[in-house]
Amino acid sequence: MLTEAQAWDVLAAVPDPEIPVISVTELGIVREVHAREGGLHVVVTPTYSGCPATEVISQSIRDALVAAGAGEVAVETRLAPAWTTDWITEPAKEKLRAYGIAPPQGDAPAGPQPIRFVPRKLACPRCGSTDTVRLSQFGATACKALYRCQSCLEPFEYFKPI
Amino acid sequence: MTPTPEHIEYVLRLGDNALILGQRLSEWCGHAPVLEEDMALANMSLDLIGQARMLLTHAGRLEGRGRDEDGLAFLRTEPQYRNLTLCELPNEDFGRTMLRNFLFASFQKLLWQRLTESTDAELAAIAAKSLKEARYHAQHAGDWAVRLGDGTDASHARMQAALDYLWPYTTEFFDATPADGAVAAAGVGPAWSDFEDAWEAEVVAVLNTATLTVPARTPFKSYGKFGRHSEHFGHLLTEMQYLQRTYPGAQW
Repeated sequence: MLTEAQAWDVLAAVPDPEIPVISVTELGIVREVHAREGGLHVVVTPTYSGCPATEVISQSIRDALVAAGAGEVAVETRLAPAWTTDWITEPAKEKLRAYGIAPPQGDAPAGPQPIRFVPRKLACPRCGSTDTVRLSQFGATACKALYRCQSCLEPFEYFKPI
Repeated sequence: MTPTPEHIEYVLRLGDNALILGQRLSEWCGHAPVLEEDMALANMSLDLIGQARMLLTHAGRLEGRGRDEDGLAFLRTEPQYRNLTLCELPNEDFGRTMLRNFLFASFQKLLWQRLTESTDAELAAIAAKSLKEARYHAQHAGDWAVRLGDGTDASHARMQAALDYLWPYTTEFFDATPADGAVAAAGVGPAWSDFEDAWEAEVVAVLNTATLTVPARTPFKSYGKFGRHSEHFGHLLTEMQYLQRTYPGAQW
């Protein structure tokens, strides 16, 4: 059997399947862990409605906890409050940068955004230059956009604030 | 709260809109004019299908007849779907696809905003999640509407033709339905006619920037949300339902 604190430690080592340098706890998608008779109850929230990694994540959470001796593990998916990039921890943002993904800048947009909103200048995660351009509003996954650095000429991904 | 038939129908409408447009956008996978937009369309399709899964699961639970998301998505017949006709229209070219996304995402955004205050807690949670996605979709498609509308003569002509084709179908967004009163009174969600002015103001501002001429309203009517669909719909269902109809109960 695991205590809640031990369970959080186990989860801190479960990587996100799409961005393996950060863990599911650093991404902010594990909301609650409760010890109960014979096992654990874990609450997770999806990043995007159609994120194909959601089911894989629930499975890896269950597998890791069971392997650590947690007994019966129930993973509940809860939608409210909706996930926001504000829940990504500061150390995780640094890990994203080191991995070549620009972390979300500023807080998630709370209100309406004007059409043709020009995003603030992003710093290239490789060379730090702010001479960057957006190539596409969507990257290889729903949570990222695609940019290019005009200084080092490398493309990079940007984790969109939502 | 005991769900009323009007409540279930309201949630089904939302789920079917997302499902059918998600299916249409998925047709672009591997065919978009540039790789970046291919990924964008596939991502938006995924968002919509994700929303549809949550909404249809919820509708099935409210209904309480044991139908799950797959049962509702794949085993109904044409008149049982309640999506807006606009969502089922063929993609045609990239410009029309983007313009439809813009008209629809702007509508969805205003609807989700209001539904975050629904007395149906599950629906309110789905709305808060989907709102973030609709906002981004509207921005993406609005950018393209301006870029292509205010672009070359050729791109402008295509966008104007797309707007002339799509605009009459937007009347249906705001047509009153017999369920409106009961659903609004229960605090489940607003009558869609409530935000017609807000939608039109937002959309027309962008269309003007795109140098497009907004057509005058005509008596044309479409009835998808009432279960009477266009001739395109059966073809879409044939493809979407093929696997479940051929191999009942098939799972990934």
